[in-house]
Amino acid sequence: MTENNTIARATLLDTPGLDEIQLGRVMDRLLSRRVDAADIYFQYSRLESWVLEDGIIKEGSHSIEQGAGLRAISGEKTGFAYTDSLELGHLLDAAGAARAIAQAGQHGRQAMVAGAQVPMLYPAINPLDSLREDQKLELMRRADAEARTADPRVKEVIVSLVAAHDVILVMDNTGRISGDVRPLIRMNVQVIVEQDGKREQGHAGGGARQPLDYFLEDDRGMGYAREAVRLALVNLEAQPAPAGMLPVVLGPGWPGVLLHEAVGHGLEGDFNRKGTSAFSGRIGEQVASPLCTVVDDGTLPGRRGSLTIDDEGTPSANNVLIENGILKNYMQDTMNARLMGVEPTGNGRRESYAHLPMPRMTNTYMLPGKHNPEEIIASVDHGLYAVNFGGGQVDITSGKFVFSANEAYLIENGKISHPVKGATLIGNGPEVMTRISMVGDDLSLDTGVGTCGKEGQSVPVGVGQPTLKIDQLTVGGTAA
Amino acid sequence: MTDPQQIARLKQVVDDLLKEAREQGADTAEAGVSAQTGLSVTVRLGETETIEHTSDNGLGITVYFGHRKGSANTTDLRPDAIRESVAAACRIAKYTSEDPAAGLADPELMAKDIADLDLYHPWELDADQATEIARHCEDAARAIDTRISNSEGATLYTQRSAFVYGNTHGFIGGYPTTRHSLSCAVIAQEGDDMQRDYWYDSSRLPDELDSPTSIGERAAQRALARLNGRKLGTRECPVLFRADIAPSLLRSLFGAIRGHAVYRKSTFLLDQVGERIFPDWVKISEDPLRLRGAASAPFDNEGVATQYRELVSDGVLQGYLLDSYAARKLGLQSTASAGGVRNATISDTGQSFEQLLREMDRGIVVTELMGQGTNLVTGDYSRGAAGFWVENGEIQYPVEEITVAGNLRDMYQKLAGIGNDNDIPGSIRTGSWLINGMTVGGD
Repeated sequence: MTENNTIARATLLDTPGLDEIQLGRVMDRLLSRRVDAADIYFQYSRLESWVLEDGIIKEGSHSIEQGAGLRAISGEKTGFAYTDSLELGHLLDAAGAARAIAQAGQHGRQAMVAGAQVPMLYPAINPLDSLREDQKLELMRRADAEARTADPRVKEVIVSLVAAHDVILVMDNTGRISGDVRPLIRMNVQVIVEQDGKREQGHAGGGARQPLDYFLEDDRGMGYAREAVRLALVNLEAQPAPAGMLPVVLGPGWPGVLLHEAVGHGLEGDFNRKGTSAFSGRIGEQVASPLCTVVDDGTLPGRRGSLTIDDEGTPSANNVLIENGILKNYMQDTMNARLMGVEPTGNGRRESYAHLPMPRMTNTYMLPGKHNPEEIIASVDHGLYAVNFGGGQVDITSGKFVFSANEAYLIENGKISHPVKGATLIGNGPEVMTRISMVGDDLSLDTGVGTCGKEGQSVPVGVGQPTLKIDQLTVGGTAA
Repeated sequence: MTDPQQIARLKQVVDDLLKEAREQGADTAEAGVSAQTGLSVTVRLGETETIEHTSDNGLGITVYFGHRKGSANTTDLRPDAIRESVAAACRIAKYTSEDPAAGLADPELMAKDIADLDLYHPWELDADQATEIARHCEDAARAIDTRISNSEGATLYTQRSAFVYGNTHGFIGGYPTTRHSLSCAVIAQEGDDMQRDYWYDSSRLPDELDSPTSIGERAAQRALARLNGRKLGTRECPVLFRADIAPSLLRSLFGAIRGHAVYRKSTFLLDQVGERIFPDWVKISEDPLRLRGAASAPFDNEGVATQYRELVSDGVLQGYLLDSYAARKLGLQSTASAGGVRNATISDTGQSFEQLLREMDRGIVVTELMGQGTNLVTGDYSRGAAGFWVENGEIQYPVEEITVAGNLRDMYQKLAGIGNDNDIPGSIRTGSWLINGMTVGGD
C-alpha cells in the first residue's frame, strides 16, 4: 500500500478506533434504501498561519478541522449529512439522515478493497513540521527586509505564511477505500508604496504541495517580496486605462485565469448534464480558434491544483478539454459521469467533509503555440498588454466572464508603452476563444496562488498559458 | 437539545477554555464558541435534487502573554480538542512579537445589559415540508413563461445557531439565532440566447419570508428581462445601480473606513473623518440593536456593547469602523466594529425607481456587477456589468458585456439620488443609486 493510504488509514480509522466491520455497518445503513451510489468521506486537517506586519510577527493561528461526510445518491437525487465526530454512533446517525433521500429498498454492499494504488504526486508529509518555528519566522522577516530595502518608497509590508496538512479517506459503495495525504503551503507578500502623497499596493506570492523549504529554494520567498514591490511601483506610474474594444495581449502564466473563467467552468460536467452552460451539447464542435488546445491536468507533481486522487477516490488525469479548437471533453465527478454515460475524469472535488463533491478544475492551461512573445506584441498597433490579474468571474449560462488586470500596459505601434491602471476585461467565453489569433511558445504556469470558488466552496487550483493575442476584447478603463 | 439550552452548554465550554488558558499560563484570553444545525433542500425541475443536513460546531480561542498573541480554532468541542487548541494557541504566542496594541477590548466597554434582540424563531419543518415549499417556488417560476426553459432549482434553507463569547475580564454573553431563506434560479431561453437569474428572501422569522410564489416569479421575470441583450458603444453617461446591487457600493465604503485599512494607510478615504465625502443629503447609519435584524448583535466579536451610530451625517464622514486593535493603533476608542457593520441604512431622496429613471433620462441601469475590480487603496473602480439602456426616462432594452468604471471617491461625490425602493433582503437597507458621469466600456 502506498504511504499516503497507510497514513490515511492510521489517522482516520485507527486513531478514532474504527475498524472495517464498523465501517461496513455505516455503509450498510447508507445502502439500506434503493440508492445508486454512496460514499463516506473522512477528513483530518491541521492548518497553521502566520502574519508579519509593521516588521513584527503579529499573529499566528492554528486550526483543527475533522469529520466525515456521508452521501447517498439515487438517480439525480442526493442525500447528505456530516458530523464532526468520528464516533460510530454519530456516523450511523448521519448515514440514516443521508439515505432518507431514496425510496425503500436495499442495495447490496461489496467487499472492501483498497482503491487504485497510483503514484503519489506529492510527499505524504505534514508541512506544518517541515520547518522549525524560528525558521518560518526568519523567512518572513527576511522577506520583510527584502521588500523594504528594495525601494525607499515602500511604507508597509505584510507577509503571510500558511501550511495545511490534509488527510482524507473515502470509501464508496463498491467497497473501494482510497486515502491521500495532501500538503499545501502558501506564502504572500503585500506592500504599500508611497510617492508624493500617492499610494499604491502590490502583492505577489506562491504555493505548492511541498514542504516549506520550497520558499527557501531558488530564493522564491525573496522573489515574491521583490515582485510585490515592482508591481506596486509600476502601478504608481499607471495612467487611466482605455475603455472600449481593443486587441489584448495576455502575458504567460497567471493570465491563464482567462481559460479558467472563459471556458473552464463552462466545461464542468454538472452544468452540462443540466444543460445550463453556454457549452452544453457542443462536444465535437469548434468552440475556439484552431490554435487553442486546453487541458485540465491534475497530475503535475507538487502543484497547488494537483491531486493524486480526487475526493471520490478517482485518480486524477490529464484531460484534454479543447483540442485545436474542437471541444473534446467535459470534466466529471462520478455522479455526473454516471448520469451522462461517460467515465469520471478525476475532477470530483469538495472543500471539506462538510460539503458535497462536484466537478471542479485542477490545473487548467493552454498548450504552447509557435509565435515568440515579442512577435505577438509587435503585431499590435494599439492595444493592451495585460500581465497580472486579480480574480475573475463567469456566468456560465450566458458565457460572460470578467477578469481584472492589476498590471497592464498600453501597446502602441507594436511596442509596450506606459502602464495603465487596473482595468476589468469582459467578454463572452465561446466568442473570445475564437478570437485568439496568436499563441506564444512560452507556456508557463502560475506560481501556485489560485483559489476557485463555486457554489460557496473554495478549492486550490492552478492555471497557465503561453502569451496569447485576442483580436478584440472589451476593456473597462476610464479613458473613453 | 434546544438552542437556549445549548447556550448554557456553550457557556460552560467558554468557561473551560478560559480556565484552561489561565492554567497554561496566559495572562488574558478570549473565546467564542458556536453550534449550528440546519436543513437545506433543493428542488430542480420539480424533483428533489439534494437534501442536506448541516451541523457545524466551531470554537476559537485567543490567548495573550503580555502583549504577545496566539490563536487557535477547531470544529471539535470535546475536552481533548479544547486542551489541544489552548496548547496550540499558547505555543504560537511564544513566537509572536510583543505588540502594544494587542489585547482584549477595554473592560469598561463590555456590554452590560445584554438585550434580547428577538433573533430566535426556529422553523419546525421536516424535509418533506421543505421540499414542498421549494417545489412551489420553482413551479411558480417555471409557470410564468414558456421561455423559462431550464432551472438551477429552488432551495429552502433553515438554520438555527447558538453563539457564546467570553473573555477574562469576566464578560460572557451568548444568544441563539435563526435564519431562514428561500431562493430560486432559473434560465430563460430564446433562440441561442440563454440567461440565468435568481431571487431570494431571507429572514429571522419563517412567517416574514416572502411567499414562494413571489420569489419564484421574481426570479423568472429577472431572467426573462435579460433576454436579447445588446452591447453598447463606449460612452460617458449616468448609471443607476439598482437597489439589489447598490449594497456593494456601501460595502466598498465600509472596507475603506475599516480601522485596519486606516492604520495601514491603505485606503482612499485616509484622513477623511470630518470631510464631506457624499452630497449633504446623505446619512448612513448602523443599527446593531434592531429587533429581528439580519445582522443584529448586542455586542461585537470582542464583547463591546453595540449601539446605534451615524457613520455619515450630512454627507460628512463621522468616524471609522474600529475594533480594539485598530482603535489602539490610531489612538481612538473601539466603535464595537469587530465583526463588521451591523444593519446599515442609507437615506434616500424620495423618488421611486421609475422617477429615478426619468431623472436620469439617458443612461444605463446596472442590474449585475461582476469581478473584483475595486481598488480600495486608490478608489479605482472597474467592474463588468449588465443591465438596461434607458432613453427618454424609460428602459429600452437589456445590455450586457459592458464595463462601468470610475473612482469611488468621485462616484460618492457624484451621487445624484437614492430611490425609496429599498425592499431588498439582507442587512444593508438602500434604494437604487443614481451616479452621474461614469465611463461605460462597450464595443
